[in-house]
Amino acid sequence: MIGTDTPALVVENIVKRFNVASEPWWRKLTRSKNETNGTNGLSRNVGQENGHNQNGGTNNGTPRAKRGKQIVTAVDHVSFEVERREIFGVLGPNGSGKSTLIRVLSTLLLPDEGTVTVFGLDVDKQSMQVKRLINRVSVDAAFFKKLSPKENLLYGARLYGVSGAEANIKAQEILKRLGLRENSYTEPMEEMSRGMQQKVAIARAFLTQPILLLLDEPTTGLDPRSKLEVQSFVRELRDVHDATILITTHDMYEADVLCDRIAILDDGKIVALGTPAELKQRANRNGHEPTLEDVFMQLTGKELVEKEDLSDFEPDKVLS
Amino acid sequence: MIQSIRLEMRQSYAFVARNFNLVKRYWGWEVVWLAYSIANSLSVTFIGAGAGEITGETQIDTDFLITYLLIGTLVWRFLASIFNNISEMIAWERWEGTIEYTFMAPVRRINQMLGQTIFAIVYSFLFTVIIGVVVAAFFDLDFSDADLVSATMILLVGSVSFVGIGVVASILPLLYPERGAQMTNIVQAFFLLVSGIYYPISVLPKWLQYLAKISPATYVLEGMRAALLPGTVDAAPTSFVWPLLLMGLIMLPLGMYLFQRAERYTKRTGKLKRNG
Repeated sequence: MIGTDTPALVVENIVKRFNVASEPWWRKLTRSKNETNGTNGLSRNVGQENGHNQNGGTNNGTPRAKRGKQIVTAVDHVSFEVERREIFGVLGPNGSGKSTLIRVLSTLLLPDEGTVTVFGLDVDKQSMQVKRLINRVSVDAAFFKKLSPKENLLYGARLYGVSGAEANIKAQEILKRLGLRENSYTEPMEEMSRGMQQKVAIARAFLTQPILLLLDEPTTGLDPRSKLEVQSFVRELRDVHDATILITTHDMYEADVLCDRIAILDDGKIVALGTPAELKQRANRNGHEPTLEDVFMQLTGKELVEKEDLSDFEPDKVLS
Repeated sequence: MIQSIRLEMRQSYAFVARNFNLVKRYWGWEVVWLAYSIANSLSVTFIGAGAGEITGETQIDTDFLITYLLIGTLVWRFLASIFNNISEMIAWERWEGTIEYTFMAPVRRINQMLGQTIFAIVYSFLFTVIIGVVVAAFFDLDFSDADLVSATMILLVGSVSFVGIGVVASILPLLYPERGAQMTNIVQAFFLLVSGIYYPISVLPKWLQYLAKISPATYVLEGMRAALLPGTVDAAPTSFVWPLLLMGLIMLPLGMYLFQRAERYTKRTGKLKRNG
């Protein structure tokens, strides 16, 4: 049994690296030429960003990259704890490592370093027990698109040991609440809009009544009413079913109203962690009460200039 | 205990029900594939009917030749269908993008394989029976001396070892998201060539005959011909059961072990995420 004082989630010093195809030599050559000629600060930023990608240095314990590959550290020594019945938000720009982190927590990726425990159970060594306690909603509503919501949901529920009859009743209740048309329940998923598919994805996770729910941008693509309904569902899961929720989102308002605490991730590292109010206190007041968006912008602002923008950037043209 | 068995049965059933739902939803493709398979089997069997005219020989026992080819084509349809259904279980999930959800669920791989195997055997059996009935209707064949019990036993035991091979092949789409599914066709082509589907393996070059010995399809076919065409094979039909049992006992656990190793590798390298 799970002890009552065990935290829902303990993430300790997690590192996850990937071998990805490295930049072709001709591109590196043209870029290094531009860097040599460049006279403004933007050129230096390119070099700094490469600190996130390591071509094979082993001085800091990073393994050497395979030939033609480079090592990208997606999650870089991340640690935090989530208490039971807490709604914990993870914010960060695209590519900051949020989804990789969620995949590690949901047993889909093995960390290179560090440990993750879910209610005291190690996600690697006791993965089967962990799987029974968790579920995940991701931004890509992945389903057998020819099958109907009913067929998909019954399949998903049976994998968690829920009987077809029970799942059928619950699924219809949840989908009705989320505003799915009744006749859509037996139509192929491919005929549904992206938002509708996302609602079915949310129902799939809620059906199994996980005690740790991992929500990876669950409300992306939903209309405002459905967003509110999902948020209310999330609160209900916590309040009625004692579930703990970890959520990633790009909706700062949603994070603000929903989360008890928030971690901001940038380049795979946690750059801030606290309650929404604590985080807002840290932000500069530019003539108004800081919002979570201000905090996000200040902490991850350099991501506003993307790598691709820099490689296409021609300083002479802009300056002239 | 009973609760746990019930839960695991429910998990295996999830795969059976899902796959039959997919068959139902893709019924158009099923009809096309069935029509193609019938035409294919008929065209092979008509070679037997036309053997006399092709060779100019009048003494050829065409009924025997037709039955010989019919057994070959039906057994191959059955085994190939089992192999495809098992080896493509990962490829389907990759095409649909659902692989992460299946791998995140608290399902032991053995339960997943069991569900997939039950579906594969039932589906392949029904598929093969339809083809067999249609093709046999074109010819006047006599199976009064056939040992149907032994034939069924050989087919069932042989399908177990083919499930094992299918599990091993299903690793390919797991390791190679883009090309894995195509690679499984090479495995299938190998068995088609060496197993004596439409000819005795003695006509093969010596080195291919050695390879034929490691193919379970060789023993299934020889056993089936011994049971359905008495007098064609010296050995008793049941003598082919033992090599098949042995192969099944080796291939199934080996397949499971390799699959689990491959699953761990994909979780370490992040290959589950890509939907090839």
